[in-house]
Amino acid sequence: MKLKLKIWRQPNAKSSGKIVDYFVDGIESDMSFLEMLDILNEDLIQKGEDTVAFDHDCREGICGSCSLFINGEAHGPDRGIPTCQLHMRMFKDGDEIYIEPFRAKAFPIIKDLVVDRSSFDRIQQAGGFVSINTSGNPVDANTIPIPKHDADRAFDAATCIGCGACVATCKNSSAMLFVAAKVSQYALLPQGKVEATDRVLNMVAQMDAEGFGNCTNTGACEVECPKGISLETIARMNREYLSASLKG
Amino acid sequence: MANNSLLKSSIAKKVAMALSGLFLISFLSLHFFINLISVFSADTFNFMSHFMGYNPVIQFVMQPVLVAGVIFHFVMGFVLELKNRSARPIKYTNYNGAANASWASRNMIISGLVVLAFLGLHMYDFWFQEMIYKYVDVNAIEETRYFPELVHKFESPVRTGLYCVAFVLLALHLWHGFNSSFQSVGFDNKYAKALHKLGYSFAIIVPFGFIFIALFHHFNQI
Repeated sequence: MKLKLKIWRQPNAKSSGKIVDYFVDGIESDMSFLEMLDILNEDLIQKGEDTVAFDHDCREGICGSCSLFINGEAHGPDRGIPTCQLHMRMFKDGDEIYIEPFRAKAFPIIKDLVVDRSSFDRIQQAGGFVSINTSGNPVDANTIPIPKHDADRAFDAATCIGCGACVATCKNSSAMLFVAAKVSQYALLPQGKVEATDRVLNMVAQMDAEGFGNCTNTGACEVECPKGISLETIARMNREYLSASLKG
Repeated sequence: MANNSLLKSSIAKKVAMALSGLFLISFLSLHFFINLISVFSADTFNFMSHFMGYNPVIQFVMQPVLVAGVIFHFVMGFVLELKNRSARPIKYTNYNGAANASWASRNMIISGLVVLAFLGLHMYDFWFQEMIYKYVDVNAIEETRYFPELVHKFESPVRTGLYCVAFVLLALHLWHGFNSSFQSVGFDNKYAKALHKLGYSFAIIVPFGFIFIALFHHFNQI
């Protein structure tokens, strides 16, 4: 198929950017979206032009590196997948496709479609961990009984890959789904309860300091999340935060 | 060491919006109940309105609390809207908000502004006139004046039409706001699904009930 691409080009963090039109031909429906961009970049190299910069790593939906806003949606029109698992069968010949970076004040653009998501790292560093050493010690995990329901919910929250689609798609650029997933992942497990108060207070304080917007419960984050993180994690974080504030 | 900054935090603001919204919802329910009485019995409506208008606890405690609640909800709504807009300084060229969220949830500021404009008209129509009647002109107590005053307000088709439009926007505001309030305070248990249904039912029944009452009195005069 032949496609018209409208891609955000921005040489560096300090310069302004604009949408530039490109045409690609010979795209197969079983190609991934990133392979389609690879073909565009090979074409640009042949022409001696600057290639389009975009984030990617594992290309199998695990690492959370890819971060494209495609036709008005984070990770494109499909559901439950990041951009690397989006396939060209979702488009048809002659389509015009807008490709933009994830936009938020807390995700500054580095170049073209690549954004700096280190604000997520700083939130994680503020409390998204347990201080006890659990590695190489399976006895610990097996001797503390955990209800199946809690274990399942903690695992569901832990599937967050920190891609930032929740921020990108939220009309307020809120990071609450990400932070709530990290808080929930630990809050539900006995190993995480010890530091639960400090964790939620510090992570929320860091989230606010990074300049993310406020959650208004539109639910867009839940719909666009490639790992299906639920809004129930946000309700849990709100409870944890209010309870921790009164204690701490 | 915990960074406890409850009053400044985004979650505290969200909870404050939710609690003020729930308070206004409880007032709206009472207002709806009293208005609905006007359809069935002018005498009972007069009795209840007189009680609300002259009971000192309602006049000098509940009424100021209500006004404060309304002002707080709107001011906090604007503050959060401005902060949220500033969190994305460069907008998307192509943003498909309808793909993942309802119109009502994405446009609370629009529905809220329409309701605010309506409240201005409503306060002028009823509260302001009532204050002049009681405290400026110092009229004698007249316990049967409320029903004729209410009916008189719905004579004009333009005013009745504006009233209906405002309540459609209030329905949209409540469609998202009711359930959003409970989500904000962290309500998530086995009753959550039932509460969602109650929220959507409330968002339809109460505003369209108000519209029914307005149209009932308007067409009863023709």
